[in-house]
Amino acid sequence: MATVTVRAAATGAAAPAARPRIGRGLPAALALVPTALIVLVVYVGCMLWTVRLSFTSSTLLPKFDFVGLAQYERLIVNDRFVVSAQNTVIFGVLFIAGCLVLGFLLAVFIDQRVRGEGAFRTVFLFPYSMSFVVTGVAWQWFLNPGLGLEKLVRDMGFSNFTFDWLVNQEMAIYTLVIAGIWHGAGLTMAILLAGLRGVDEDLWKAARVDGVPPWRYYLSIVLPLLRPMVVTATVLLAISVVKLYDLVVAMTGGGPGIATEVPAKFVMDHLFERNNIALGTAAATLMLVTVVIIIAPWIYARYVRSKGRR
Amino acid sequence: MGSFSRLSACTLAVTLLCGTSAFAQEKAEVMHWWTSAGESAAVKVFADAYTKGGGTWVDNAIAGGVNARAATVNRMVGGNPPTMAQFNTGKQFDELIENGLLIDVEAIAEAGKWRELMPKPIIEASVRDGKFYAVPVNIHGQNWMFYNTKVFADAGLEPPKTFPELIETGEKLKANGIIPIALGGQPTWERNLFSAVLVGHGGADLFRKIFGVRDVEAAKSDKFKEVAELYGKMRGLVDPGSPGRNWNDAASLVITGKAAMHFNGDWAKGEFIAAGQTAGKEYGCTIVGDGKLVIGGDVFVFPVTKDAGAQAAQQKLAAVLLDPETQLAFNKKKGSIPVRLDVDVSSMDACAQKSHAVLKDPANQVEATEIISTPNFTGAMQDAITQYWNTSSMSADAFVEKVVTAMRSAS
Repeated sequence: MATVTVRAAATGAAAPAARPRIGRGLPAALALVPTALIVLVVYVGCMLWTVRLSFTSSTLLPKFDFVGLAQYERLIVNDRFVVSAQNTVIFGVLFIAGCLVLGFLLAVFIDQRVRGEGAFRTVFLFPYSMSFVVTGVAWQWFLNPGLGLEKLVRDMGFSNFTFDWLVNQEMAIYTLVIAGIWHGAGLTMAILLAGLRGVDEDLWKAARVDGVPPWRYYLSIVLPLLRPMVVTATVLLAISVVKLYDLVVAMTGGGPGIATEVPAKFVMDHLFERNNIALGTAAATLMLVTVVIIIAPWIYARYVRSKGRR
Repeated sequence: MGSFSRLSACTLAVTLLCGTSAFAQEKAEVMHWWTSAGESAAVKVFADAYTKGGGTWVDNAIAGGVNARAATVNRMVGGNPPTMAQFNTGKQFDELIENGLLIDVEAIAEAGKWRELMPKPIIEASVRDGKFYAVPVNIHGQNWMFYNTKVFADAGLEPPKTFPELIETGEKLKANGIIPIALGGQPTWERNLFSAVLVGHGGADLFRKIFGVRDVEAAKSDKFKEVAELYGKMRGLVDPGSPGRNWNDAASLVITGKAAMHFNGDWAKGEFIAAGQTAGKEYGCTIVGDGKLVIGGDVFVFPVTKDAGAQAAQQKLAAVLLDPETQLAFNKKKGSIPVRLDVDVSSMDACAQKSHAVLKDPANQVEATEIISTPNFTGAMQDAITQYWNTSSMSADAFVEKVVTAMRSAS
């Protein structure tokens, strides 16, 4: 249903044939001007500023010379940036997939009209009310081999139990995924649950009459109906993947070594700690370009092509 | 982005403070990052000394050196500079001078004969074009080894004098069930440990060639490889819980006798003092290797301002900071030693006295990385070091390759 309204709004604004009288739109347009200006000056302006700086040799203070692609050449041979980029992919795929699957299962589970639904909903949504910093510190303690889970299980008598992912270079990135899913699954659940509540009960009755098993009903009938909710959840999760910074700083500090570095941390460290504005902005620009490359086909498919078809 | 909100909260607090104290004469707003208990007690010494002289001290402390420096630079570029701001002794404020954003204090330095009183590396780090642009306030030795005297006595061992010796001693301690080296497993402290090995085993010259002039030949030399191998062997002397640990937690492992040794700057002394221990009794401090002390510290700089009141305050502050009594009181609290070598340190603790004695000989003074290397190159080296430290399968040769790449590509 949400798709229908969104599309109607989109076409209503864009189709010249259906343009409303100027007088009616004027107050609304005036009200939007400050926001539009802020978006243009602050967001777009800062973006252009960042891109411009990435072609300079700025260090502590911005400088306006032009060194071509030198910073980008440095960037692609920089171990730490390469690892950061790989980590974003690993974290992004696992985190989004994990949140969606777990969130969907939780939503279906709560949708069974279980007793104490309100309590369950609160419990599952609770992690989301905590900041990434708190999440990171809590999980750091919990996963620390000398303090948390490993020690607990060993103290219970299983002296061979080992769970040292947090201090293991190969596995540390997955501890971030675990903490991230713990944090984000509840929100996904809330969004999908809202969608589930909008699904017509008659569909369920009809499926029962036809002898469709429950798992098939959810997978083939409900899930496609939930598409807009899934898209919303995915976009929200994707945003937290791109700006992932505080969780890493609080939980691993990018270590062990450089095993859990992420691009946002690379940018922050180079802008402020290492007095290397140019390299930091070059990394930021590459992140921006990547995001644009990923979402451009989606925007095209959703807004440009669908309009052309009509 | 927690730092940002904290930062803006601080700014807000400062604005409110400024609002209420605007009537006072010679108001000095000071930006620094001394926020821990010992540090804020130390900065209060300066504040009190300045207040006694009739000024008003507005304290603007921002947690974390990086955050504090970023805030200072932002305010200077934005045209609303603080009266005085903290930096580390070294290259961090180079560009501010180049862009004419700082005033020089040469006249006061001349009158106070600073050049005769301070160690040469500290003077050179504060002087640009023959003029003092920063007031150094302390000296921190960065390559101290703190050790638990009881642990060594119980094991019947002596604290090691050289790094090869340290590896042998460490293996013995490990066999006794003691953590030989307590390390805060964060890139900064891994680099600090590497610096200690580089200067202690490789020597001051090699240290300067690597961090200072970025000599590729020196990085490929046998001596550097030897240093890298020694450092690599030390990976086995650290406990598995080390990665990500804070340095103060590492120090407390030595305090409680779980670990034997801890490499750190003399600021770590604060932890031992807070635990009620005395230098030379429960814990000792020594320099492993050939006795050279890597020195850095803190300075205050004075941003250019049009406000006449602030200008007067700046002149007053520059003189207050180096008063011998203030210096002694400040450095006792801070854990560092007075930047003036003419101050009588007999009332300070054993480690500070040792530090003072070592620095009497100019040959023992080695410039810290903040002084001889740009933040960017230090960062690139740190990336290489932390990768080597945390990847036990990485060979010394592969590490040397990474160092060479860092030398070539960092600006």
